[in-house]
Amino acid sequence: MSSKTASTNNIAQARRTVQQLRMEASIERIKVSKASADLMSYCEEHARNDPLLMGIPTSENPFKDKKTCTIL
Amino acid sequence: MDQTFLVNVFGSCDRCFKQRALRPKSEQLNYCSLCAEIVKATEGLRLSQMLSSYSQSILCLVLAVHQVAERVEALGQFVMKTRRTLKGHGNKVLCMDWCKDKRRLVSSSQDGKVIVWDSFTTNKEHAVTMPCTWVMACAYAPSGCAIACGGLDNKCSVYPLTFDKNENMAAKKKSSVAMHTNYLSACSFTNSDMQILTASGDGTCALWDVESGQLLQSFHGHGADVLCLDLAPSETGNTFVSGGCDKKAMVWDMRSGQCVQAFETHESDINSVRYYPSGDAFASGSDDATCRLYDLRADREVAIYSKESIIFGASSVDFSLSGRLLFAGYNDYTINVWDVLKGSRVSILFGHENRVSTLRVSPDGTAFCSGSWDHTLRLGWAWAAKREL
Repeated sequence: MSSKTASTNNIAQARRTVQQLRMEASIERIKVSKASADLMSYCEEHARNDPLLMGIPTSENPFKDKKTCTIL
Repeated sequence: MDQTFLVNVFGSCDRCFKQRALRPKSEQLNYCSLCAEIVKATEGLRLSQMLSSYSQSILCLVLAVHQVAERVEALGQFVMKTRRTLKGHGNKVLCMDWCKDKRRLVSSSQDGKVIVWDSFTTNKEHAVTMPCTWVMACAYAPSGCAIACGGLDNKCSVYPLTFDKNENMAAKKKSSVAMHTNYLSACSFTNSDMQILTASGDGTCALWDVESGQLLQSFHGHGADVLCLDLAPSETGNTFVSGGCDKKAMVWDMRSGQCVQAFETHESDINSVRYYPSGDAFASGSDDATCRLYDLRADREVAIYSKESIIFGASSVDFSLSGRLLFAGYNDYTINVWDVLKGSRVSILFGHENRVSTLRVSPDGTAFCSGSWDHTLRLGWAWAAKREL
């Protein structure tokens, strides 16, 4: 790449970067306290249905080896 | 100020009112040398008191999730171990993905083999040998009828899965969907079998039409190899997040190809990114030995999961169904389980005999599967009775 095209590329690239940064800076943000509260409420809401959190009874576990003899 | 030429003015000190040699304090005030020292000391004290009260109010600003989650009940300690091992790969397992049927999974390895397993029985259902080594990416199609994989061949190939025992899978025509100019590091089908998203060592991500192989959209912005990607949960729209060797995690709009948000707080390559189940946040695992949580609406990092004793990079991360637990596989052969809200480690899983390269929680959250350089995949789940994992 010749130095002339390199410098024009750099300017174009810098312009693009500035444009991108302007766009990113202009998005609407919420407070971390609100965002954290939402994450917490999502966890609490779905905790009951989380098998890795609550555990699954062996009888319902699809990964368990099927035994030939079952006690009813 | 040259002390030797200082002219001492004698007069009444404005503080102690005694007749002393005065050192001019300001335009209006003259203090004797003793009073000047006292005033300086008390001013300094006032300043430090002001600063300490400011810093106390700064500490009240919420900068991390764990500050808000103080009132949340802590999880008890989990006891961990491997429940099932899938053996069959001849070399390092590099990637794995679950099928939507919550039972089958596909894994790929360094020796070019891609295997589809039934995790309930540990049987191998399909096996393909790729023409290249280091198959770094593999994905299961949402329908369960095809798999995609790729690696050092710079391509992503889609293999239809045949259930006819007489048909040889290798003979089945595969289609090369994606073409990059460097290795394929990650791939994922979108909501249908028709489109596939890829990430590559050439620094770009791309969206392809599976049938025609046409490039639908390309995503430029990373300054180095892109190592991972994850699609937002379907309810939250057409975005995906990618992580790369430039330490950046970038969120993209799939339709426009624009980067909408970028996060650069990691200190090394980001190996894995995964969305939080609600789609409002995502976690990342990096070679800097930390995992971090970034909230998209707050547009910042809100948690960091690290310990001084953990010095090896995190290669793969995934959330449990509720998002309360974060499973992370590390290069020190272990899997650490983090309490997402409190920021503390809940458990360590041992079992692999080499670095953990890939980790996914099953679609219904019942189990998790980890793949390792020790050639095996291991499955784990939780027991109800004693909360053992």
